[in-house]
Amino acid sequence: MQPGSGEVLVAEGDVNVVEDEERLVAEFRRQLDAGLWAAVPTGDSLVRRQAQMVRSFDEVPKDAERVIFFPRAAGG
Amino acid sequence: MEIGLGITALVALALAVDALAHGLVARFRRWLARPRFEADLAAIDPGRERRAERRARELLRSCVSEDDWQIYRRLGFLRVWSHSTHRHHDGPAVAYLIYPHRPIVSYVAQTGRLLYEYCVTFPAAESNGSKVLPDSDDVLAKWMALNADEQRVLRHANMSLPGKALDPGAVARNIWQLGRFERERMREAASELVDPQRSSAASGYRRA
Repeated sequence: MQPGSGEVLVAEGDVNVVEDEERLVAEFRRQLDAGLWAAVPTGDSLVRRQAQMVRSFDEVPKDAERVIFFPRAAGG
Repeated sequence: MEIGLGITALVALALAVDALAHGLVARFRRWLARPRFEADLAAIDPGRERRAERRARELLRSCVSEDDWQIYRRLGFLRVWSHSTHRHHDGPAVAYLIYPHRPIVSYVAQTGRLLYEYCVTFPAAESNGSKVLPDSDDVLAKWMALNADEQRVLRHANMSLPGKALDPGAVARNIWQLGRFERERMREAASELVDPQRSSAASGYRRA
């Protein structure tokens, strides 16, 4: 998520392909180093959806379709 | 006498030059600090915010349940259940209402009694001339953060009693609207069980 732009694709790839995974891990770290939070939407869209915060690439569920990065919360 | 007048004139001239120089320097600094051409273009692009919001709505829809999406589409907010009260079963069920760029409101689900306002923002580095997320991205960020780590979000928020930033009457109406929406959905679900063919027409919004 970016101000003024909305959703922006940062990187995509197949975690089963070594080059893709390395690129995804590097981008994941870059986003977290930039101070963003990362979350993975989970669950069935017809019943109940949840979200899971992830703090490292290892925490991303293997079947996750995407990771969403967004700014950290702050008191308003 | 003439020397005195000459000195006075020189001092006045020096002061005038100094004032003029300060004015010119200030104008030059303002010129240097002017928005750059790209930012100007972004600022005059009337569709930029709308396109960003459209993308944000698509992202939000892909993340939340169909019922939650319909609540947001029709009523303009989302409801998230408090995990902590659900997990421990030691108190009444508490839920949160999430509004775009407005405080999160907690309330007792059974009674509708408002508990607190949590003012929380997601400040980001300026991008495309804007410093705030599109409305639906702000809602999604709150939804993900509350769902995934409720206490962490509440720790970051500024908490106050209801009524500080939001009209309690308006929030109470929203809770009533939410209840009415859910009763309608239950009736539709019940009719789906009785008559599956009729239900596919009744629940047409699923494909909206």
